[in-house]
Amino acid sequence: MSISLDEVQHVARLARLDLEPEELLAFQAELNALLGHFQDIQALDVSEFEPRPHAVVLHDVFGDDIARPGLDREDALRNAPRTRAGLFLVPTIIED
Amino acid sequence: MPAYSTSVGMEVHAELLTESKMFCRCPVAFGGEPNTRVCPVCLGLPGALPVPNRVAVEFVVRAALALNCTIARHSVFHRKNYFYPDLPKGYQISQYGDTNPIGTNGWLDIEGTTGSKRVRIRRVHLEEDTGKLMHLPGGGSGVDFNRAGLPLMEIVTDFPPDIESPEDAREYLVALRQTLLYLGVCDGKMEQGSLRCEPNISVRSAGSETFGTKTELKNLNSFRSVQQGILFEVRRQIAILDSGQTVRQETRGWNEDNETSFLMRTKESEMDYRYFPDPDLVPITFSDARIEAIRADLPELPAARARRYREVLGLSALDTSVLTAEPATAEFFEATIAQGADPKPACNWITQELAKLANEAGLPLAETKITPRHVSDVVRLTGSGQISGKTAKEIFAEAFRTGDLPGALVEARGATQIHDAEAIRRWCREAIEANPGPVEKFRAGQEGVIGFLVGQVMRASGGRANAQKVQEIMRGELGGG
Repeated sequence: MSISLDEVQHVARLARLDLEPEELLAFQAELNALLGHFQDIQALDVSEFEPRPHAVVLHDVFGDDIARPGLDREDALRNAPRTRAGLFLVPTIIED
Repeated sequence: MPAYSTSVGMEVHAELLTESKMFCRCPVAFGGEPNTRVCPVCLGLPGALPVPNRVAVEFVVRAALALNCTIARHSVFHRKNYFYPDLPKGYQISQYGDTNPIGTNGWLDIEGTTGSKRVRIRRVHLEEDTGKLMHLPGGGSGVDFNRAGLPLMEIVTDFPPDIESPEDAREYLVALRQTLLYLGVCDGKMEQGSLRCEPNISVRSAGSETFGTKTELKNLNSFRSVQQGILFEVRRQIAILDSGQTVRQETRGWNEDNETSFLMRTKESEMDYRYFPDPDLVPITFSDARIEAIRADLPELPAARARRYREVLGLSALDTSVLTAEPATAEFFEATIAQGADPKPACNWITQELAKLANEAGLPLAETKITPRHVSDVVRLTGSGQISGKTAKEIFAEAFRTGDLPGALVEARGATQIHDAEAIRRWCREAIEANPGPVEKFRAGQEGVIGFLVGQVMRASGGRANAQKVQEIMRGELGGG
């Protein structure tokens, strides 16, 4: 199991990372090392276990539908780089 | 021109009518100041953990059961990963997979253009809504996260599509909205975006086995725009095929103002969502007992109610469809006949006079001063002949303004209709005495003049005399005189 340079590039693009060719190579090596660990796991016999999405055995944890106030707007916007009229300001979106 | 067949798949998003958001307890509301219903969870701040809304899950089960779906015994939430400024976490919590969604493999029957039609539903799942982007004057976009994290139910039709025309697509949406309204899980306000529809449309040569390339349409915020938008897309695709070109797979937006669609994005820029189970959330399970309890609690659904109105109450198809269109109207009608009113006149008062007055006042039915008691009252008064149809309308309009019961208004006005033959005869004789000219004409064979004489009596009685009786007695008096 190994990851190609094209795949690294694809994943970088999905993560909106603009990587230099040498960085791509470095990440390829790191990702391959990670995938090696999965190869170790894959060698284990897990036939007696059901596939599961979670390490925890809990299920059906819910909150009651009772509204409570959240953050004050001032606090909500405090970490935003730019704001205007109570809105988070982002660069113009061309699509949509 | 070669003949084409149309196929339409429907993806509908319905915001659920809960008090709080899907994974946090921020209040759910429409409008208001931006970013005033937000918290660390729905803003995607580091370390914040989601807790699913119990009621939202139950609402989706209700809807899925009403849409004849199989309910998953075990269901998980996934992360759908993509970057967009209205998505604070960089992923949307949704439900992926063929059997994982809460509901799968259901159907909804509609009255299509070619008769009754079953539209199969592939999946009904639960996810969260995104924030709202606003383009600001002078550049830049503003984001309001009040909507981010609202519980959103997605309902997707099956493939190959059962819907084959813009009209049937509209009918499907009408029937689906009506069902969600009856269930009380969504307010169905398309203009506010609480019910949104994204059809995908393709055309192919009639008889061809393979489906054409589909385009997806967004920004449809009324039933009309759904039908118009799909029709436009069908014509656009046919024109492309007729000119020997190929349709591109793309997402297009509907421009309501000039009634055309425009390119939003092509398939090339579609995302790779990398779905995986959300490690912050644990699975949901449903026992048979729980599912059956929710099923038993379902209300009478629109189709069943319409059938009962036609078959048991004997109402016409038109009356039935007007009464059942909105659950509020149907509930009002139910309460009116529960007061003992005859179904047919009760239906007429509700769908005609009351609807007209409410419409003029710009009020929804529930916000008028008229209650089922008012309608049953006016039905009783007219049915027993105590007041004429004309007086009843006046009384009802007054009741609409004041909220007083028709019975009380009739008494206060002394508007009770006069049947007393002696009193009517007296007025008839007075009218004959005072109008020798018309009387002469009548006796000479001008039958129509009687209307004038009857009118004199009605005026003398203040409109309260029973017109039919006046007519009878007047004829007697004229003939015998």
